[in-house]
Amino acid sequence: MSLRRFILNRILSIIPILFGVSVITFGLVHLTPGDPISQMVALNPDAGPNEEAQLRARYGLDGPVWEQYLTWMGNVLTGDFGEVIRTNRDVGSIIVARLPATIALGVFGWAFGLAIAIPTGIYAAVHKNELGDDLSRLLALSGISIPNFWLGLMLILFGALWLGLWPVLAPSRLPLYHPEMLWYLILPGLTIGTGAAAGIMRVMRTSMGEEMNKEYVTAARAKGLPERQVILKHVLRNSLISVVTLAATLTAGIVSGSVVVEVVFNWPGLGREFIQAIDGREVNMIMAITLFTGVFIIVANLLADITYAILDPRIRYD
Amino acid sequence: MLGVVVVLLMSLAAIFARPIVIGGIPVQPFGIAPHDPTTILYLGADPSAGVYDPPSTDYPMGTDNSGRDLFSRVLYGGRYSISIGFIVIAINATIGAVYGAVSGYYGGWVDEIMMRIVDTIFAFPFLILALIIIAVLGSSYWNLVLAFTLFGWAGYGRLVRGEVLSIKENEYVLAAKALGARDRSVIFKHIIPNAMPPLLVLATLGIGTTVIGVAALGFLGLGLGPGTAEWGTMLDATRETLIQGPEGQIPWWATVFPGGAIFLFVMAMNLIGDGVNDALDAQETGIGKQGGGA
Repeated sequence: MSLRRFILNRILSIIPILFGVSVITFGLVHLTPGDPISQMVALNPDAGPNEEAQLRARYGLDGPVWEQYLTWMGNVLTGDFGEVIRTNRDVGSIIVARLPATIALGVFGWAFGLAIAIPTGIYAAVHKNELGDDLSRLLALSGISIPNFWLGLMLILFGALWLGLWPVLAPSRLPLYHPEMLWYLILPGLTIGTGAAAGIMRVMRTSMGEEMNKEYVTAARAKGLPERQVILKHVLRNSLISVVTLAATLTAGIVSGSVVVEVVFNWPGLGREFIQAIDGREVNMIMAITLFTGVFIIVANLLADITYAILDPRIRYD
Repeated sequence: MLGVVVVLLMSLAAIFARPIVIGGIPVQPFGIAPHDPTTILYLGADPSAGVYDPPSTDYPMGTDNSGRDLFSRVLYGGRYSISIGFIVIAINATIGAVYGAVSGYYGGWVDEIMMRIVDTIFAFPFLILALIIIAVLGSSYWNLVLAFTLFGWAGYGRLVRGEVLSIKENEYVLAAKALGARDRSVIFKHIIPNAMPPLLVLATLGIGTTVIGVAALGFLGLGLGPGTAEWGTMLDATRETLIQGPEGQIPWWATVFPGGAIFLFVMAMNLIGDGVNDALDAQETGIGKQGGGA
């Protein structure tokens, strides 16, 4: 299969999944009563069934469920995610406003993960079954086991309250792109990156170990290449390919991590917005963020697959 | 082994923290926790106890935001997270095993559709789905179980399906079919038992993930009601103290101990998972690989 056909096939295969994602998103939110309209009506004794019907019609919440779904899908496909019912603000523009803060967190988390995991992965593979290797294993296991909200709280406790290096919460007066924000990004970034770092460390260690036993490594050594070059040029390069397969899973982890971490640090991103939407039962916002997350993860998966196919052509022939 | 000891100790502590009474009959009469986890100490037992007292000999982990004994609450708190963890994984692994076995065994378009459904579920982080389910249904013990099982089986389904694809090529499966065994009996008697080992590893690791998930929902205010002695809910109650300590003093114990309990339990569970994984690897290659630790 040529690369182009492979890519085309993969893109076609995500269409039913995208459809499924939209059905799950819509279905979850709409299967039970208790939307903001019924709350508004319950709070306002003057509102009769007439007013309720008008409100429902206005927000597309009348008619049978499948009709509501079609209306919603039609609007979404034209870029209209509806309004936040309580404040009449446009959901799409809130998402656009909140997204950069979450992306900044995610990128920091990824960068931190790679920066920690690659050197320790190399070290662990070279010094297999020595003390350092055992330590790195324990570290990776801790990183996977530690609840991110607790890690965040502990970082606040140590970094902000005991050492006094950071304010407890990042000041909201600064815009996100202000260079000073990089400093405030450190604690939430570390919190969100720890899980990713631990995940990559484990994969790096295994794949480096496997690559080290392969014949091309022996051949490179027999040719008299210095060990350093064998490891850094040959083994590392091939091991990094396996990190690519992990990318989508880790991205999903970072996305759900951002929900928790943004609440801990009061970080003005999509995750905090999502929790606020859940508290207020803002169906349009909940659906928009959920759909966005689903599509984002599907695309991340797709990109990981394509990258993998480019790096390792054998995959395409499966 | 350390992992098994810690998991056992913590589970036993949760069970024996307070007596369990079902329908008026005391099923478990012991109460090793020094105080009732919901008793506000200064209202009765100990008028000198306050809110956010630091750890002392009377209260080894201090008191919490309502003046309750934190040590008793941490012991008791495992009841929710740990039991939900085990129930959820039992359900998920069962559904996943059957789903994966059917999908892999029949193959063809059945497999295609069933795996597309799994792919779709995989597009959502499980925490986000659980949050929506709890937001829609409201939170209670069994709604939490539902929130983690409604879609949680998908990972087990995919794993078992992969195993089944390789198992069904085995001669004993062909033999069973040739002897006229029904599909159902082939799936349940021959295929699922042989797919068990990797399922066991995933399930062990899954318990840790679920415990963190339950605590995360509690922390986000979507777990059991405020004031419940559940680890995540306890952390939620103390979060403000970090941002604005009472009279400048930071009650670190209220953050360190409940979170530490979650960490300890999940770490122990993951150690067990790793250990089981290593043991199975060694078994499958037929040679006890040297080093053992690898």
